[in-house]
Amino acid sequence: MSDNTQQLIDQVQSAHTNNSTLKIVGGNSKDFLQACTANDTLEMTSHAGVVNYEPTELVLTARAGTPIVEIEKLLADNGQYLSFEPPHFSENTTIGGAVASGMGGPRRPWGGAPRDVLLGCRLLTGTGDVMRFGGEVMKNVAGYDVSRLMAGAQGSLGVLLEVSLKVLPAPSKTITLTQNLSETEAHQTMRELAAKPIPLSGVCFANGQLYIRLSGAHASVNAWSKKIGGERLAENNTFWERLRDHQLDFFDRSQPVWRISLPPAAPSLACADSTLIDWAGGQRWIISNAAPEQIKAEALNLKGHAKQFYGNALPEPWAMSSQVALGPIQKRLKETFDPKRIFNPGTHANL
Amino acid sequence: MSTQDTSALRERLADQFKSFVDPAFVLAEESERKPYECDGLAAYRHLPLIVVLPETIDDVQKIMRICHAEQVPVVARGAGTGLSGGALPLENGVLLSLARFNQILDIDKPNLCATVQPGVRNLAISEAAKPFGLYYAPDPSSQIACSIGGNVAENAGGVHCLKYGLTVNNLLSVTIVTAEGELVTLGSGGLDAEGFDLLALITGSEGMLGIVVEITVKLLPIQERAQVVMAAFDHVETAGQAVADLIAEGILPAGLEMMDQPSLQAAEDFVHAGYPVEAAAILLCEVDGDNEEVSEEIARVRQRLTDSGATEVRTAKDDNERARFWAGRKAAFPAVGRISPDYYCMDGTIPRKHLPYILREINRLGEVYGLRAANVFHAGDGNLHPLILYNGNEPGEIERAEAFGGKILEACVEVGGSITGEHGVGLEKINQMCAQFPPEEITLFHAVKAAFDQQGLLNPGKAIPTLNRCAEFGAMHISQGDMRFPHLERF
Repeated sequence: MSDNTQQLIDQVQSAHTNNSTLKIVGGNSKDFLQACTANDTLEMTSHAGVVNYEPTELVLTARAGTPIVEIEKLLADNGQYLSFEPPHFSENTTIGGAVASGMGGPRRPWGGAPRDVLLGCRLLTGTGDVMRFGGEVMKNVAGYDVSRLMAGAQGSLGVLLEVSLKVLPAPSKTITLTQNLSETEAHQTMRELAAKPIPLSGVCFANGQLYIRLSGAHASVNAWSKKIGGERLAENNTFWERLRDHQLDFFDRSQPVWRISLPPAAPSLACADSTLIDWAGGQRWIISNAAPEQIKAEALNLKGHAKQFYGNALPEPWAMSSQVALGPIQKRLKETFDPKRIFNPGTHANL
Repeated sequence: MSTQDTSALRERLADQFKSFVDPAFVLAEESERKPYECDGLAAYRHLPLIVVLPETIDDVQKIMRICHAEQVPVVARGAGTGLSGGALPLENGVLLSLARFNQILDIDKPNLCATVQPGVRNLAISEAAKPFGLYYAPDPSSQIACSIGGNVAENAGGVHCLKYGLTVNNLLSVTIVTAEGELVTLGSGGLDAEGFDLLALITGSEGMLGIVVEITVKLLPIQERAQVVMAAFDHVETAGQAVADLIAEGILPAGLEMMDQPSLQAAEDFVHAGYPVEAAAILLCEVDGDNEEVSEEIARVRQRLTDSGATEVRTAKDDNERARFWAGRKAAFPAVGRISPDYYCMDGTIPRKHLPYILREINRLGEVYGLRAANVFHAGDGNLHPLILYNGNEPGEIERAEAFGGKILEACVEVGGSITGEHGVGLEKINQMCAQFPPEEITLFHAVKAAFDQQGLLNPGKAIPTLNRCAEFGAMHISQGDMRFPHLERF
């Protein structure tokens, strides 16, 4: 629970001077996704603590090394939550890592991703300068939206020191319904549900079951659950947490498990041996023994993209956009924030 | 550049453009260029070098390649309703109007999205989606006229953005033509894309990073019901506290607006909304959802507002009354325009808890500058629109209004806020940028622009000040006779 800014600045400036490189490490819970080749680490967990939180302002500001579990506990004590439902790949997962990874949980289509709730950040650049972008206000169109650019940048553009997030009142009631359906029926049902004004907070097909989570006002959740129908999942069932944290049996670390982001109504992937559908169709997890190029080509053909998460010997670098004209723009952005390429080398391919 | 060189350049560009754009849409005569000399900020006017209205993406690419080769700056323009001079032309530059990009290309019900051209009006998307039970959520008040391309450029909000987000939260992808004339798509068919989030970066970038030529927006299912409650307070502070109390209660209104006495009095006199004119402030709180949910929430809202000291709480009894309650709020700007020869509209944002301080500060500054202000406030998201009342015919009043407005924005920055919540920096607030950002950050913004536009050809001179012009001041002045599109609701 301390402000470690000065030490972090010193370490970055030293790396800048000595032409060395740094791997930014928070809770280290997403290391399995990082192909980073840096010579040294920039340790973030000692830069922790909630800096500002006033529930009635709907904004929380925390240092990047603050564990997510701590933030979620604080919010829950005040009847609020992080709408993007960040994955906890371990209990050490930090808020900085959650934002830098850009990942949203099962609530993503309705609750957004880190980019959607990130209002501002303090950023340590590759020259060791601390800059502030955005703020603690809901609306701010002064200057370019540099803070949102950091969400999902995997630390390649700088070190998040502090993040300010929009938080929301937690729904007063949540229930989950399950229906026994085939994959095709489930996909069709989820698209029909998504097109109605239902207080959805999760729609997933896994293991022959369609899971429908409703969150909102009591009256609304009760009324819709009657209309939708299905078996009610016990309240102590942790299905959504296990889905969020990749603890379901489907995420077998020994199998080639791929994440495919797609238009939600896109058809099933031909290259999939088995499929878990999340985000009401927008995020598919597949186990596939097809060649990586084939999986990526099929995803691209369906206007999406693919990345292998599990079952590979070494993590694959995050892809940059493959559009030729964006290549130089992405590289110039990297050089703007990190001219000597200190941060997370190897994390992104072709950067 | 000499007059002769300017004419030669204009002729050369006209000839090149006319080789692929219908000559009727290449405007080189002064009388043809005149209508494009300003946007919604009519105080600033520049006659563009030449105006071109391309019809296809291929045309836009060709125009950009020509301008890149000639090193001529380009300003893109949508409907021209912007309030900060973002689409103000350059005398030495091409004004590229996207008015002919006015087609809704696809309403994709299975994927809950619409693909549209940038010149499509915001409201037209919701109208086209309505038969499918869907709508596009961001609803800036100029939505009957403003174009979706301009919404992307300004990251437009609206009354409902606390619950439904800004433009940036409601986009899936944007296709742009770069300064070099290349075509690229930011975003994807899914909810995320590979690489950096350039979609977020380009949203609100005021036409400085690329020319938006195609947009895919998310569509949401239309809610079953919306209901609005009006509450009156005898102190502005009490109203401000009531907003915090509603949030603390766990209520997330679809819209939450505040008006102070001068604003609500002016609005009442103008549209007869049924506001209690003796109140120091009123709140309008809208909740939406299904029937059961709205009934449950309205009861909670009423109780909370009463407990927080409202002197009167009234639920709109039908859609007519609901529309009337909103009409007063949406007409606040023109209503204030009726009680003062001129007004100057500010757009600061603050952490909501500082509202009483800022309102006191506005009153104090008003005394210092000898001018009054009426305040309307997007209370849910901390976006304040003080309207400074002045008379442009009185010597020195414009300057005093400008100085007053600048001080208000500086006060917003001091309490951790921003100089603009939704109108954009454009040319209007370019000097106040220096109050909000230190030189290092402004320098970095220039580098971000250069990453996309190395020659600085896209809308140069807007949004980000050069470091050595930080001492100047600019402002939006609206005289009754000057305001463009006076029939539009603005808030």
